[in-house]
Amino acid sequence: MSEKPGAMPLVTIRQLSKVFRNGVTALQGVDLAIAPGSFLSILGPSGCGKSTLLRLIAGLTPPSFGEIAWHNKGTGRIGFVFQEPTLMPWATVWDNTYLPLRLAGIAKNDAAARIEATLASLGLADFAHVYPRELSGGMKMRVSIARALVTAPQLLLLDEPFAALDEITRFRLNEDLLKLWQQHNWTVVFVTHSVFESAFLSDRVVVMAKRPGRIVADTAIDLPYPREASLRTAPSYAAVCAELSRFLAEASA
Amino acid sequence: MSERAIKLVAPLAVGVLFLVAWEAVVRINAIPPYILPGPLLVAETLWRDGPSLLGSLLFTLRITAAALLAAVVLGGAIAILFAQSRWLELSFFPYAVILQVTPIVSIAPLIIIWVNDTFLSLLICAWIVAFFPIVANTTLGLNSADRNLIALFRLYGASPWQTLRYLRLPAALPYFLAGVRISGGLALIGAVVAEFVAGTGGAETGLASRILEAGYRLEIPRLFAALLLLSLTGILIFAALSWLSNALLSHWHESALPSED
Repeated sequence: MSEKPGAMPLVTIRQLSKVFRNGVTALQGVDLAIAPGSFLSILGPSGCGKSTLLRLIAGLTPPSFGEIAWHNKGTGRIGFVFQEPTLMPWATVWDNTYLPLRLAGIAKNDAAARIEATLASLGLADFAHVYPRELSGGMKMRVSIARALVTAPQLLLLDEPFAALDEITRFRLNEDLLKLWQQHNWTVVFVTHSVFESAFLSDRVVVMAKRPGRIVADTAIDLPYPREASLRTAPSYAAVCAELSRFLAEASA
Repeated sequence: MSERAIKLVAPLAVGVLFLVAWEAVVRINAIPPYILPGPLLVAETLWRDGPSLLGSLLFTLRITAAALLAAVVLGGAIAILFAQSRWLELSFFPYAVILQVTPIVSIAPLIIIWVNDTFLSLLICAWIVAFFPIVANTTLGLNSADRNLIALFRLYGASPWQTLRYLRLPAALPYFLAGVRISGGLALIGAVVAEFVAGTGGAETGLASRILEAGYRLEIPRLFAALLLLSLTGILIFAALSWLSNALLSHWHESALPSED
């Protein structure tokens, strides 16, 4: 459903390199075109520069060489989810979700409908006036995703968002994220070190290797959507995981 | 016995034991009251001289409260300025430290000479003692907002004012309140020390003058009564500020959460 052959890429990355101040080359010569509506996973071992790539796309850090070109970039159209929930502990779930809209100068009353719809879509409707400390890790991550989605972003960037969660919670969030992605027309870039997660979620997986961080494989995942929990035990899924594992092993060698 | 009861009973028991021992030592050795009065005599003196001592206490309290208020307002403002510019912080912070480490007794005479108004000169002395913990703590708090949240604010194009208002100030609140708690006690100490240096005299006098005066006249029970009043005041200030801190942070900060077991 997401592949739109011939459509202009939303983001085109050319010969992107990042050298840190301490001289470490985090990324070298990365070329990547992100198609609108796609669910792209960036899979790689720790330290391969996949998080750096995500931060570069978000504009949180400037590139050393190369360029990141946007097709029709609107303002405030990026949603970012960090590895930790990164919530404001002094604010309720509602106020945390309100943050991007508040910063855009939208009044509470005008934002209320969007906030409540977003909270409901993530199963947080009953928790609107709760503080983050009262929530479990999985629920905090849901709030973090709600905050990223409330602006209806063109591009949703997720940096290993479920890495710290237990497996059952992670599976649930994977499925819910997929459902939301299918309902809306976002483009998602999802950074992970989990083969199973990337195979379950994405329509395309880019595998990275380290020292220096670079792309070593780029493969389409031909599993039909909608993907349900039952897919996790299907032979076709196992085959995809095996292929990705092989790429990852080569990348880590 | 529950944790709560132990917290209350154990220090009380120690206090009562101490007072009994004190009274016993005074009586058994027949120590004259101008050397060491027993606690009963001190209590009696406090009861008798209470009204006149309270007037002095009020004077000291006014200086303390004004100094604390000035420390909160100016200390907070200085910290916010420091947080706006690393240059400003690096340029001025050492001077705040110098002001803090210079013993107040050594500069109080100068301030008393330079400033004609007694109340104002005492206020300045107390402020110098009290403002540093607020500046240091609040500066630390403003600079310790979550790095990723700062990145997020940048991603959404937040103005410096928005970042201050919605991120740095709330993140600094626990640090600021910890500073205020320390400063409350220091403001009282500053007010007393400055008055010690200023000496007696003038229409209005604080508790420090009463302590000095009682000392000169060998009215040691009254000296003890004034001292008692002073430490009670310090404890009350600390308790009130702790309560305020808990009330403001109760819904989110770890320091104010009830224990889970």
